[in-house]
Amino acid sequence: MASFWIILTGTLIAISCSLLGCYLILRKMAMVGDAISHAVLPGIVLAFLFSGSRETIPMLIGAACLGVLTTVIIELFHRKARLQSDAAIGITFTWLFAIGIILISFFADNIDLDQDCVLYGEIAMVPLDIFYLASGVSLGPRPVWIGGVTLILIVTFIIWGYKGLFITSFNEEYAKAIGISAAFWHYALMSSVSLTTVVAFESVGAILVVAFLIVPAATAYLIVDDLKKMLLLSALFGTLSAISGYYLAYTMDGSIAGAMATMTGIFFTIVFIIQKIRAQKATQVPNF
Amino acid sequence: MNDLLDFLSFSDPNVRFVAFGTMLLSAAAAIVGCFAFLRKQALVGDAIAHSILPGVCLAFIISGTKNPIYLLIGATISGWISLLMVNYISNHSKLKSDTSIGIVLSVFFGFGILLLTAIQHSGNASQAGLDKFLFGKAASLTSDDVTIFGSVAIALIFVVFLFYKEFKLISFNSDFARSIGLPVNFLEFVLSSLTVLAIAVGIQAVGVVLMAALLITPATAARFWTHQLWKMILIATILGAFSALLGTYISYLYPSMPTGPWIVVCLSFIALSSIFFAPKNGILPQLKRQQSNRLKIRNENILKLFFHLSEESEDYHQGFDFSTLLESRDFYPQELTKGLAYLKSKNQIRILNNKWHLTKLGLIEAKRIVRLHRLWEMYLNKKLKLAPDHVHNDAEAIEHIITPEVERLLEKELNYPTKDPHQSNIPYTD
Repeated sequence: MASFWIILTGTLIAISCSLLGCYLILRKMAMVGDAISHAVLPGIVLAFLFSGSRETIPMLIGAACLGVLTTVIIELFHRKARLQSDAAIGITFTWLFAIGIILISFFADNIDLDQDCVLYGEIAMVPLDIFYLASGVSLGPRPVWIGGVTLILIVTFIIWGYKGLFITSFNEEYAKAIGISAAFWHYALMSSVSLTTVVAFESVGAILVVAFLIVPAATAYLIVDDLKKMLLLSALFGTLSAISGYYLAYTMDGSIAGAMATMTGIFFTIVFIIQKIRAQKATQVPNF
Repeated sequence: MNDLLDFLSFSDPNVRFVAFGTMLLSAAAAIVGCFAFLRKQALVGDAIAHSILPGVCLAFIISGTKNPIYLLIGATISGWISLLMVNYISNHSKLKSDTSIGIVLSVFFGFGILLLTAIQHSGNASQAGLDKFLFGKAASLTSDDVTIFGSVAIALIFVVFLFYKEFKLISFNSDFARSIGLPVNFLEFVLSSLTVLAIAVGIQAVGVVLMAALLITPATAARFWTHQLWKMILIATILGAFSALLGTYISYLYPSMPTGPWIVVCLSFIALSSIFFAPKNGILPQLKRQQSNRLKIRNENILKLFFHLSEESEDYHQGFDFSTLLESRDFYPQELTKGLAYLKSKNQIRILNNKWHLTKLGLIEAKRIVRLHRLWEMYLNKKLKLAPDHVHNDAEAIEHIITPEVERLLEKELNYPTKDPHQSNIPYTD
């Protein structure tokens, strides 16, 4: 049963991340996703301090705000200070992440978070964190519930905002011309990425959120050109990576999150090589 | 105060190793970082830093020891492979370079974590401390570490000095470098190797995640203070070393404080201050300049309006009420109010019976602006052969910028014209 809960949590997070990742890649914002996943750390630590627990809604909101703030700062440096975008991303997230680490060391006694957990999470602890009703009835692990609610929110967001996200991702100018606010969809997407990052943080940690955000979506993008198919394939690769990652970790006796990230890379490599061979066959002069 | 003196005297050998070690590592990273910054490879540096982890773990698994040289070799090899893969993925598929950076970064790091945790669970006693690579181990640098990493850092600085001119050329214009026969591929290989090496040693100070900051933040800060490469490198190096010293001092005072993150916070603080306040390129000075330009244009447009309104009657000191002014040119009411108040304080206009009049001073200024406008129209018409109905908008913008020297040149070039292309008089002040 324990492995079931771990795989389920990993899958829920993987699907949420893979879906959002499609939009990040199409908008050429993959590294902004990386930056957000690091930069929410101080928000999580501060919310932890003020609320004293991990499960409160204010914590999610606080950290999500910090994620959006990160994109605002990156934009500000890029537009107003004319700093090249890679440097703007690089200095912003390292700075916020360093503050997060310092806060953790500073309040080490009050906070049940450690540096390693920040990087690769504690998904193995999922089955121990049971959600009880007031009457004492067990409803299964809490992270499964949180991950499930997040997934429902993300799927609802993508279905409800499909048109807006679609148009602003491909042609911002056209979107403006027909009265769709590019800024609204940009920040709506960034808030969703921040929210998902925060939720995923305690299970899989900062870096591995990035693996789920970018790699399955990139793998799907190699195969298809259609956004709907890309979303479905991306979710599929996310799920496969989560499941196979668990068994890889089990075999190697290592970090589950690390193994899941490794699996996303293996799927990417396989697809990359197959696509490469197919492209070569297609360009070969037919032999009559 | 005593703490500071104790610290700076470096009498404690441990303080000495940590301080000199981190300063050397940061300085080396800052130098290489300047080139990475100019070649827009800031995030590639981040990817390399993350990708070093599996190399370190594999080196440990294969050699069975924590000998820093083996670990350094492992780190350099996996750093190099990640760099090649980033380039390969973005050159051979439709994925953009930031996506391929993200893929390599997260997958290599995930694999590194998997190996690291597997090593930790294997019960091998000598593995303790391997996880220091994640967040740096500045506080526990030993004299052996400092000797090895320090000499790598010094070798690195030496190579940069040796190839300074070549590196400069390939960072700014590699096509030109190729055309004059420089071995660009070889030089890029050397520069990339230096970057990988600087990252591999720099990780000792701040760890995997924050390494990008050590590389890119000093260069970014320096970029806001100079346009010359050697000055940029110098400033970046000093900032890197200074922040390393400061970070070490903070964790010397408060031993529970991690050194690496404090180095990064010090660096970032300097960089953020530079981005906002650097006199020439900073955000705030730029905004201030834009604002003062806007105000200048507003004031000059108001003076010009007075001139145009009274040009027909040639009574340049007649009065106009606020609503007439507002209707004659599309100002916002608030904008006009503020502009009038400013011009009044400069004695260029005055108010009599609720009507605004130009003063003598104001008339001179108004004539100057109209003159520049019409001279420029004349110039576009006569010299660039633009039709008279195509010259107004251009003149409207440039009239606020032309300096007295340019004005004299225009007059001379056009032989002191009296009429503009629309047959209006060009007003001279006698």
